[in-house]
Amino acid sequence: MKPFRQTWTAIRALVIFTIILGVGYPLVVTSLGQLAVNAQANGSLIRVGGTVVGSALIGQSFTDATSNSRPEWFQSRPSAVGDAGGASGGSNLGPENPDLSAAIGTRAAAIQSGDSVPASQIPADALTASASGLDPHISPAYARLQVARVAAARGLPEATVGALVESMVQQRDLGYLGEPTVNVLQLNIALAKLG
Amino acid sequence: MSTLWLFIAQLATLIGVLVALYRPLGDYMAATYTSTRDLRGERGIYRLIGVNSRSEQSWPAYLRSVLAFSAAGILAVYALQRVQEVLPYSLGLPPAGEHLAFNTAISFVTNTNWQSYSPEVTLGYAVQLGGLAVQNFLSAGVGIAVAVALIRGFAYRSRGTIGNFWVDLTRGTLRILLPLSVLAAVVLMVGGVIQNFNGFQDVATITGGTAVVPGGPVASQEAIKLLGTNGGGFFNANSAHPFENPTPWTSIFEVVLMLAIPFSLPRTFGRIVGDNRQGYAVVAAMATLFIVSLSLMTLAELTGAGTAPQLAGGAMEGKETRFWILGSTLFATASTTTSTGAVNSMHDSFTSLGGGVALVNMMLGEVAPGGVGAGIYGILVVAIIGVFIAGLMVGRTPEYLGKKIGAREMKLASLYILTTPTLVLVSTALSFAIPAVHDDVVATSILNPGVHGFTEVLYAFTSAANNNGSAFAGLTANTPWFDTALGVAMMLGRFLPIVFVLALAGSLAAQDKVPATAGTLPTHRPQFFGLVIGVVVLVSALTYFPVLALGPLAEGLQ
Repeated sequence: MKPFRQTWTAIRALVIFTIILGVGYPLVVTSLGQLAVNAQANGSLIRVGGTVVGSALIGQSFTDATSNSRPEWFQSRPSAVGDAGGASGGSNLGPENPDLSAAIGTRAAAIQSGDSVPASQIPADALTASASGLDPHISPAYARLQVARVAAARGLPEATVGALVESMVQQRDLGYLGEPTVNVLQLNIALAKLG
Repeated sequence: MSTLWLFIAQLATLIGVLVALYRPLGDYMAATYTSTRDLRGERGIYRLIGVNSRSEQSWPAYLRSVLAFSAAGILAVYALQRVQEVLPYSLGLPPAGEHLAFNTAISFVTNTNWQSYSPEVTLGYAVQLGGLAVQNFLSAGVGIAVAVALIRGFAYRSRGTIGNFWVDLTRGTLRILLPLSVLAAVVLMVGGVIQNFNGFQDVATITGGTAVVPGGPVASQEAIKLLGTNGGGFFNANSAHPFENPTPWTSIFEVVLMLAIPFSLPRTFGRIVGDNRQGYAVVAAMATLFIVSLSLMTLAELTGAGTAPQLAGGAMEGKETRFWILGSTLFATASTTTSTGAVNSMHDSFTSLGGGVALVNMMLGEVAPGGVGAGIYGILVVAIIGVFIAGLMVGRTPEYLGKKIGAREMKLASLYILTTPTLVLVSTALSFAIPAVHDDVVATSILNPGVHGFTEVLYAFTSAANNNGSAFAGLTANTPWFDTALGVAMMLGRFLPIVFVLALAGSLAAQDKVPATAGTLPTHRPQFFGLVIGVVVLVSALTYFPVLALGPLAEGLQ
């Protein structure tokens, strides 16, 4: 085969495969998704009173206009991208980076004062930024730690809020994959219904 | 359940699934590449591209086809990015810059999927689907084709040909990758991975604020990104993004997707050379290295050594709650021992030694089990070096599967082994040695201070030259130096080894088989796979120990 002929073959092959793999394949998958698993394919959206308020899979921040956490809502994990949804990513700070140690110290101090707990009781997920910046979950330990503060801010009995948290704990997949988690947005929606 | 039991249960699940897939998938792939029948659709494609599927190619012709096809792919992906603003479904995004488009085009055609860019703000759906996803399939198809050509070299006797590239590419893509991807995409969507064309949706939150829910054809991309060991994320956070990897079970499913083909190709190899025991020896070497590496990384992350992890009470920076440490290290190990490079946690924030294990996985040449195709041809080259060393020890002409390993074969195998270390060490050194580049690297690109910053650069070039694509992502790589140097490293790291492998295939295919005698080294016994592991570890250790001592070891042992 002459080199020129190889090139011509290569171009034709690329065009054909682009049509099959770049157009046909995603259209087939999109059709299957929209027909068979419509809710998931469109982002597992959560509606309250018919209005979309977010996705069950995308974390949100529960802060005021100046990014201070609002005590009456359960707080998500720290986010390197500000839970924006339009972006994603982690801090990428290394284990010996003084900026990371400083950030952990600041977060620990804020939780210590806000939730009145000793630093030793704060779980690691509360002090560290997630990989996606959109982590929808916190550990059950971090949720339990926030119960007293949330209950006080809302004037609800602690036992009621505590029971709500326990009812929202998702166990490991198949009993052994991943960690038990609490979905913060779903927890807060349930919380809002309590009053 | 204790952490140890969780680790064992997770690993046992993975091994169980891969063992169940080994025979059917390996046999199916062997049948795909040895079949003499073309499907009707394939005949149509051969007619359109002007290929006679019955005629086989010599190794130089096979190589020319690989290179011509890859060059066309690079130009197409480059062009698509440069005219993005006129393409449909581009979300109003402008064209990618020159050096970024150069880097990304090479990255996806070489099966690397290094991403110097943040996808959400750079690429619309047209480029992601028509350029990147297409190359996710085709670069994987090329990898398996080259591997099969090498395997034919062992199986053929006195032949001047090693198969037909266009037939291997078409069959691998249409009979293996495409149907498995459709299946995998459906499973991922059931788990919550999105597949729509909605763009970014603003929603009003329950607190009275606003939030953004991203959209996109993610599941179709995600399936082939993992199955083809590509690794390029639809979103910046890659498989840590909840829309790419929503649950713990989707995460282990994605790990299975990464490992399924690479771990089954030894079966394909055994089948085609007519001795399944040879496949078992190879897969045993791969699995041993994988399990040791996974255990080391998991131990490092669970221990959580280092200032910040100790302060936080665990190495959870850059990890998702739902995956926690065990789900993160399993994914990171699968991603860096194959050529995938996808991440469900941020390697830059791993403990020094845990991140170091990810780096070493790539330095081992990605042979445990390696990328689709690239893993098996990599470990076969190592096996050739193994029989040569064993031959030296007993003073016999080495042979592997009845083929004599002579001077020509050893030269090609040695060149193969030397290519990536040379690229990694030279380009890392240049990043710090050229004064103007050094200043830019330190001022613009490196995020973390001290030796960790050096590791970011070393990791980048190790990832590029080995066609992995994962990153210590704190590094700002979208600069003229990194886009260009990483692009060149990816290109040479992909195609030089392919040249040597195909030349090797041609040289082996041309030989007749020598009958095994009492003096022949048996290559299906534990002794041999121990030898292979020894060669992999020894070659990498000798090459990389000094740079590792400057980077992760210095940081981890301080």
